[in-house]
Amino acid sequence: MKTNILIIGAGISGVSIAYNLAKKGMTGIHVVDQGYFTNGATGRCGAGVRTQWATEMNCILALKSIEFFENAKQILEYPHDLEFKQEGYLILATSEQEHLQFSNNVKLQNSLGIPSRQLTKAEALKIVPHLNPEAFYSATFCQKDGHLNPFKMTEAYFLAAKKLGVTFSFFEKVTNIITKNNQIQSVITDKNTYETHQVVNAAGGYSREIGLLAGVDIPVYAENHEILATEPVEKIQGPMVMSFSKNIYCQQVPHGAFLMGRSDPNVEKNHSTESTWQFLDQMAKTVVDIMPLIGELRVVRQWGGSYNMSPDRQPILGATKDLPGFYMACGFSGHGFMFAPMTGILLAEVILNETPSIDMVPLSIDRFQTFNHENVEKSVV
Amino acid sequence: MNKKDIIICRCEDVNLEQIHNLLEQGYTTFEDLKRLLRVGMGPCQANTCGHLIQREIATFLGKPVHEIPVHKVRPLVMGVELKRIAGVKDED
Repeated sequence: MKTNILIIGAGISGVSIAYNLAKKGMTGIHVVDQGYFTNGATGRCGAGVRTQWATEMNCILALKSIEFFENAKQILEYPHDLEFKQEGYLILATSEQEHLQFSNNVKLQNSLGIPSRQLTKAEALKIVPHLNPEAFYSATFCQKDGHLNPFKMTEAYFLAAKKLGVTFSFFEKVTNIITKNNQIQSVITDKNTYETHQVVNAAGGYSREIGLLAGVDIPVYAENHEILATEPVEKIQGPMVMSFSKNIYCQQVPHGAFLMGRSDPNVEKNHSTESTWQFLDQMAKTVVDIMPLIGELRVVRQWGGSYNMSPDRQPILGATKDLPGFYMACGFSGHGFMFAPMTGILLAEVILNETPSIDMVPLSIDRFQTFNHENVEKSVV
Repeated sequence: MNKKDIIICRCEDVNLEQIHNLLEQGYTTFEDLKRLLRVGMGPCQANTCGHLIQREIATFLGKPVHEIPVHKVRPLVMGVELKRIAGVKDED
């Protein structure tokens, strides 16, 4: 089968890229995915979207993406509810040192047009009254941040892309990428062979493996991050509550359930998405410390999903000198869902040889040749 | 009986018509339906709807039921309060 471009991965990044390419008039776009709809990181994410970051690039990608989410239902003509709410992220500083670091973050965010602000403990307690006042020092808040349903958002892009002629196949696994004289010739899957000179690697947790099939060494790896969901209750919490030092994010989704996650600093680098009792134990203790009231809720289910980690916790977007026609949208380090609108716009611009909307040099894979450890994103869980 | 009146998932209040609509749109695995309709995400964790939906998928695809995978089983088997897991002692 001949295609103009083959996109590997039908998660939020893949469908956003496909939609943006098709909207710009490209034809012959096919997307393959090894599993069912949103089987990968997109369908396993914490459903949060935020602009409060510590690096300039993450701030820019996030702000522009949220501006898209604000109008996504109309732009994509999606018939269902995207469950988008902008009730903010309340990020807790738990020490004076973290408070000072957050002052710098807010300064950076404000300089880029993000309306975040630092709050005293009393102000934070007005927004989330059930916070344990002993558990934190101060907070930052940005009203623009919030929640979006990952399944619905992905379906919105998916349906819009299909309407524009993009084709999809699920349960189809890429097994090889054939190159000749430094040009892509074809992509082989367990079901088909696609003759194509252009490939997008939007394979989430499997981005490294896809890169290696094409002979491109991408410095990313997968690690399991776990989440749990509680029974649904009446609305008691507007914003996502997050703390990097306590290692927690926790929000009540519109459906009523609370979702919460934390990371395991000793987690192995692999594709596991299993559930562990250690996570359940640590998660319960952490949330009961910060918000004792949430302890009354029953855990219904826990699950896991892959973060695709990059060395500086910022995405790798664009082309590579190593193999013309091979494009990457990976290394999101747990934030591919919330950056997806910009991922789609930027990749479409690069692929169609247009001038990108923002300077993409800081997002290029080449940045790791002279890796600067000063610019690692620290505002992550 | 009207398909709207046949409840398939009691936890999330999903009826047979919604299941059939999505099957016709091409969402033909339990995992697809779970993500778009929340079936199997409630307190019973698909103990009720799991085999009902498996049968609907099998009929729709014209396949035997045993060829239709059920969803991935996740902990917990039944709801437990977070404070019990955290080891908080009751005050009363």
